[in-house]
Amino acid sequence: MTKLTSLTIKEALDGLKKKEFTATELTEAHIKASEAAQHLNCYITETYDHARAQAKESDARYAKGEAKLLDGVPIAMKDLYCTEGIRTTAGSKILENFKPPYESTVSGNMFSDGAIMLGKANLDEFAMGSSNTTSAYGNVINPWQRKGDNKPLVPGGSSGGSAAAVAARIAMGATGTDTGGSIRQPAAFCGITGIKPTYGRCSRFGIIAFASSLDQAGPFARTVEDCALLLQSMAGYDPKDSTSVNRPVPEYFKSIGQSVKGLKVGVPKEYRVDGANPEITKLWDKGVDMMKAAGAEIVDVSLPHTKYALQTYYVIAPAECSSNLARYDGVRFGLRIDGKDLNDTYEATREAGFGKEVKRRILIGTYVLSAGYYDAYYNKARRVRKLIWQDFINAYEKCDVLLTPTAPTPAFAIGENEQDPVTMYLNDIFTVPASMAGMPGISLPVGLSADGLPLGLQLLGRPFDEETVFKAAGALEKAADFTHLPQSLQAKAA
Amino acid sequence: MSIDINTVRKVAKLARIRTNDADAEVLTGELNNILSMIEELNEVKTDGIEPMTSVIEMNLPERADEVTDGGMPEKILANAPEKAAGFFVVPKVVE
Repeated sequence: MTKLTSLTIKEALDGLKKKEFTATELTEAHIKASEAAQHLNCYITETYDHARAQAKESDARYAKGEAKLLDGVPIAMKDLYCTEGIRTTAGSKILENFKPPYESTVSGNMFSDGAIMLGKANLDEFAMGSSNTTSAYGNVINPWQRKGDNKPLVPGGSSGGSAAAVAARIAMGATGTDTGGSIRQPAAFCGITGIKPTYGRCSRFGIIAFASSLDQAGPFARTVEDCALLLQSMAGYDPKDSTSVNRPVPEYFKSIGQSVKGLKVGVPKEYRVDGANPEITKLWDKGVDMMKAAGAEIVDVSLPHTKYALQTYYVIAPAECSSNLARYDGVRFGLRIDGKDLNDTYEATREAGFGKEVKRRILIGTYVLSAGYYDAYYNKARRVRKLIWQDFINAYEKCDVLLTPTAPTPAFAIGENEQDPVTMYLNDIFTVPASMAGMPGISLPVGLSADGLPLGLQLLGRPFDEETVFKAAGALEKAADFTHLPQSLQAKAA
Repeated sequence: MSIDINTVRKVAKLARIRTNDADAEVLTGELNNILSMIEELNEVKTDGIEPMTSVIEMNLPERADEVTDGGMPEKILANAPEKAAGFFVVPKVVE
């Protein structure tokens, strides 16, 4: 029998149905693998006993023939999702002892579908970062390494723990959130698949807020089909989130394997940036050829405001973050550092509780929203955002999906890109535009760099047309046939 | 337009984050780098463009104005740093 931790979710569900193994066995195999991979620091809080109890319930449902969509599948939950009674930190010291008295809608949906939670996955503090190095609970280590170099690499961010756990085969899937690329970029860095659905597709209720007009939940897995299964469980209307959209959730997995003959794949010229990494450009060209060979029609398109997406993001996201994070005041929950009066208590609490990157973003946000600058910065950015959105709408008159690189480089070493915040921000150059426009996007591994690191490509689609995104991704996945494993797993397999 | 250390101190005060002089100094440089990136937006012509509030073109849903939740003071107070007699406790604010 194949090792339980190397199965896809689809294969595991089939095996469970055929009683080849139990949910308890599947869960124990993943707990054992998690314990052996502790040095990767994927989890802030391990919830193994909780997982064992869920597995027992799952086995009971299989025995009665009442198994659900994800029954018995062990996953990692990004520690930004509130889980009732289970510590939820958002990667921040300010929530070190926070135990939510309620469940986020998305995690609740997955548990109702039988998913098993192994742990709360590490992340950049409040999801602000592209390398998982802003977490108050330590860096996550990417299971991949450069050839002939054992320098620890970042898993990407902000959903770094989630992506590393799936890549290291210690979880079959994971949840993430994507505000400017926080699902797609770590998926690319870790050689796995991750999708950010359309804004409004998954409820944000109970997901700790960073930038409310951008935050969106989505899954990680090792195949496109597994992502489709996870997203089907996560998505859906929720009256508790006023931006949740009331539309039926399709059976996404049915899109995979469908022919892409005649599908129009747009290639935006503005993503060919000056000084681009030639390996990334080569991979992109290869992806275009693969889609062409699969029967798709390649169309050149233009998204003229692409070069302003990052600047727009770094006004709007910090502005929203400064408002959302005002709630951490040391009064109702979270850390409190006592001061000489109430204002002093606020200031001391927030100084001690927030890390450097979070403080920077709160300050930028406070500045761009302050009297005299609101129009010059915040409203200006919101106007440019409209133009970015319009670019996508115009492009989708000529094509069905867009194909671009996910990230400008492969995974970098811990400590690199830290000299200046703006250098780190450039990581999100290819993912931010679709975030600004609320469009769905998937990243999947398509090849390796010369030094043996995974490289991903991104497919973007029309609003609420995840089905076409899955269809195109299924075709690209088949053509790319990415079967490489992180070095640590190769050693074990040998 | 660049900001000076006094502006950084003022913004930190508005954001209720205590900032010592050394931190304010470092932040001044970092925030100026970020702001100079942001200011590239001035190259974009946005005359007649409405600021975008939401990417979803829909009206905010409404519901009847009635109580749908509540009656759980223990849950609400469970994470409070300090509580007494069913209330959150804060430092004295009235002289």
